[in-house]
Amino acid sequence: MNFWWFLLISVLKIAVVLFILLTAVAYTVLLERKVVGRIQNRWGPSRVGPFGLLQPLADGIKLFLKEDLLPTAVYKPLYILAPCIALACALTSIAVVPFGADIKFKGVDLFDIANINIGLLVILAVTSVGVYGIALSGWSSNNKYSLLGALRSSAQLVSYELALGLSLVGVVLRAGSLNLRTIVDVQATHGALSWNIFGGFQIVAFFIYLTAAYAETNRTPFDLPEAESELTAGYHTEYSSMKFAMFFMSEYANMITVSCVATLLFLGGWSSPLGHLLPSFGPILDAIFPVLWFVAKVFFFLFVYIWVRGTLPRFRYDQLMGFGWKVLLPIAIANIVVTSLWLGFVKPL
Amino acid sequence: MVPIAYYLILSAILFSIGVGAFLIKRNIITIFMSIELMLNAVNLSFVAFANYWNQINHQFSGQIFVFFVMVVAAAEAAVGLAIIIALFRARKTLNVDQVDLMKL
Amino acid sequence: MHLVLFFIFGGFCVAGALNLLLQRHPINSALSLIVVMTSLAVLYLLLGAEFLAAVQVIVYSGAIMVLFTFVIMLLNAQREERTHGSRAAYILGFPGAAALFAILAFIFVQNGKSLGFVDLSPSTMVGTHQLSEVLFRNLLLPFEVTSVLILIAILGAVALARHHEPPRNQSRPAGKEQR
Repeated sequence: MNFWWFLLISVLKIAVVLFILLTAVAYTVLLERKVVGRIQNRWGPSRVGPFGLLQPLADGIKLFLKEDLLPTAVYKPLYILAPCIALACALTSIAVVPFGADIKFKGVDLFDIANINIGLLVILAVTSVGVYGIALSGWSSNNKYSLLGALRSSAQLVSYELALGLSLVGVVLRAGSLNLRTIVDVQATHGALSWNIFGGFQIVAFFIYLTAAYAETNRTPFDLPEAESELTAGYHTEYSSMKFAMFFMSEYANMITVSCVATLLFLGGWSSPLGHLLPSFGPILDAIFPVLWFVAKVFFFLFVYIWVRGTLPRFRYDQLMGFGWKVLLPIAIANIVVTSLWLGFVKPL
Repeated sequence: MVPIAYYLILSAILFSIGVGAFLIKRNIITIFMSIELMLNAVNLSFVAFANYWNQINHQFSGQIFVFFVMVVAAAEAAVGLAIIIALFRARKTLNVDQVDLMKL
Repeated sequence: MHLVLFFIFGGFCVAGALNLLLQRHPINSALSLIVVMTSLAVLYLLLGAEFLAAVQVIVYSGAIMVLFTFVIMLLNAQREERTHGSRAAYILGFPGAAALFAILAFIFVQNGKSLGFVDLSPSTMVGTHQLSEVLFRNLLLPFEVTSVLILIAILGAVALARHHEPPRNQSRPAGKEQR
C-alpha cells in the first residue's frame, strides 16, 4: 500500500464522513422537531423552504451570527475549552465505525476511516473522555445550575457506562473479537435470523444497551443534566451562540454514533435482513446496497430516540441512579453469565 | 526506529516530575495526582520492557503487570478520594500543612 | 515516522507533567494529567500494546480522572496557597527529583545499546487474544484476587465517604429535628 495513496484517500474519507455526519446532525434536529411536533399534534417548522427543509440552514446562520457573550464570572480557558472537547470527542468516535462492505481501493478500505482490532474499545474510550466537556462546562461557568447539571451528568455517565460496557460483552463473546467488522461478519450469515438481537439471543443486552445509551447521550427520559424545569438549561446555561451550537451538535452527533454502534452490534450492521436471498446486482450496486441498509437502520434508531422523547416523562434523580445500579447492572451481569454458559455448552469453541 | 532507551528516559523524566510535584504541591488532591503520574511513568517503562522481552522470547508479562497496576490504581483512587472527602468534612481544608495535628 | 510520533507525544507527556507541577489550581493540574495519560496511550500503541492503550484511556482518562475532577468540583477546591512547609519542599524537592532523574537517565543511557530498538512487526504485537490467554489461564488466581481488592475498595470508599449522621441526643430542641 502506497503511503501517499493512503494519506490522500484517508483525508478524502475523513472529509466526506465529517460532511455527512454534520449534515445528518442538522437534519436530525429538523426530524426531531417535525416528529415531536406531529406527536404533539402541531406542524413543527414548515416555513423555511419546502416542508421546512431549509430550517437547519436558517438555525445555523442564526446561531453563527448571534453575539458571543462571555459572562464576567466564568473561568475563561476552561469555559472555551469545554465545548471544543465535547464536540471533538463526539466527532472522533465515528472514525472507527464501518458503514459498508469490506471493499478496498489501492489497499485502503473505502467504507470506514480506520479498521482496527480494538474498534469497540476505541468507541468506549472516546465517549468516556467526552464527559470532560460537560463536567468542565458546568464547573467553569460559575453558576449553580450549571454546576448541578454537570455533577449530575458526570455521575450519570460514570454509572451508566458500566451497564453499557457490560451489555456489549455478550456480543463480543459471540464474535470473539473487538473488531467491528468481525462482529458484523459473524451476524451476516443468515440475514436477520443471525443478527445478534435475534440469532445471538442478545435481545436483553440490546435493551440494556439502548437504555444506557440514552442515559449516556443525556436524552429523555434521562435528560436530568439539562432538565429545563429545574436547572434552566443545566450545564450549558451560560453558553450562547457558536459555543452553545457546539454542545448542541455534539449531543446529536453522539446520538448518531450510538445509533451506528447499536446497528453494528445488534442489527447486523450493513448486512441485509434478507441474507443471500437477494440476487447480486453487479459490483457497484453490491457496494452501495449495504450502505443503504446501514443508513436505514441508523435512521430507525434515530426515530426511536425521538419517539421516546415524545412519549416518556423524565426520571427523578434518585430513580435514575437506582435504576442504573440496581436494575440495569444486575441484568447485564446475568446476561453475561447466561451468554457465556450458552456459548460454552451449546457452541464449544 | 525508536530505541527502547528513549521510552525509558521519558519514563524517568515523568517519574522525576511526579516526585517533584509530590514534594512541592500543598493541595492534597494534587499530591494524589502526582502519585498517579508516577504510576503512569512506571507503566510506560513496563510496556517498553514488554516490547523488548517480546522480541527475545515472546513474553509480555510487562503488559500484564500494567494491567494489575491499573486495577490497583483504580482501587487506590476510589479509597483515597473517599478519605479526602472525609478529611475535608472534618477539617474544611485541603492544604496538607493544616492537617498535621492528630486531634481536631 | 515512529520517531516523529514518539517526539510529538513524548513532548505532550513532558509538557503536561510540567504543567501539573506549575499550575496552582487543582483542576488545571487534573487536566494536564489527562493530557499526559492520553498521550501515554498513544505511546503504548507505538510499543505494540493496543489493548493497553484502549484500557489506559478508558480506565485512567475516563474513570479515575473523572473521579478526580468530580471531587475537585464537589469540594470546590481553590488555588493552593503557599504555607510554611512548602519552602523546605522547594529546597529539598527539586534537587532530590533532579538527582533521581540523573541516576535513572544515566543507567538507561549506559545500557541503552543492549536494549535495541522497538520492534512493531506483527509477531511482536500483543493482541487482546494473547493477553487474555495469559491473564485467564496462567494468572487466574491473581486476577481473582484483584477483583476481591476492587470489591474491598468499593466497600471502603462507600463506608468512608458516607455522611455520618450526628448522634441523636435528647438535648436537641423539639421542632428543630433535621429532616
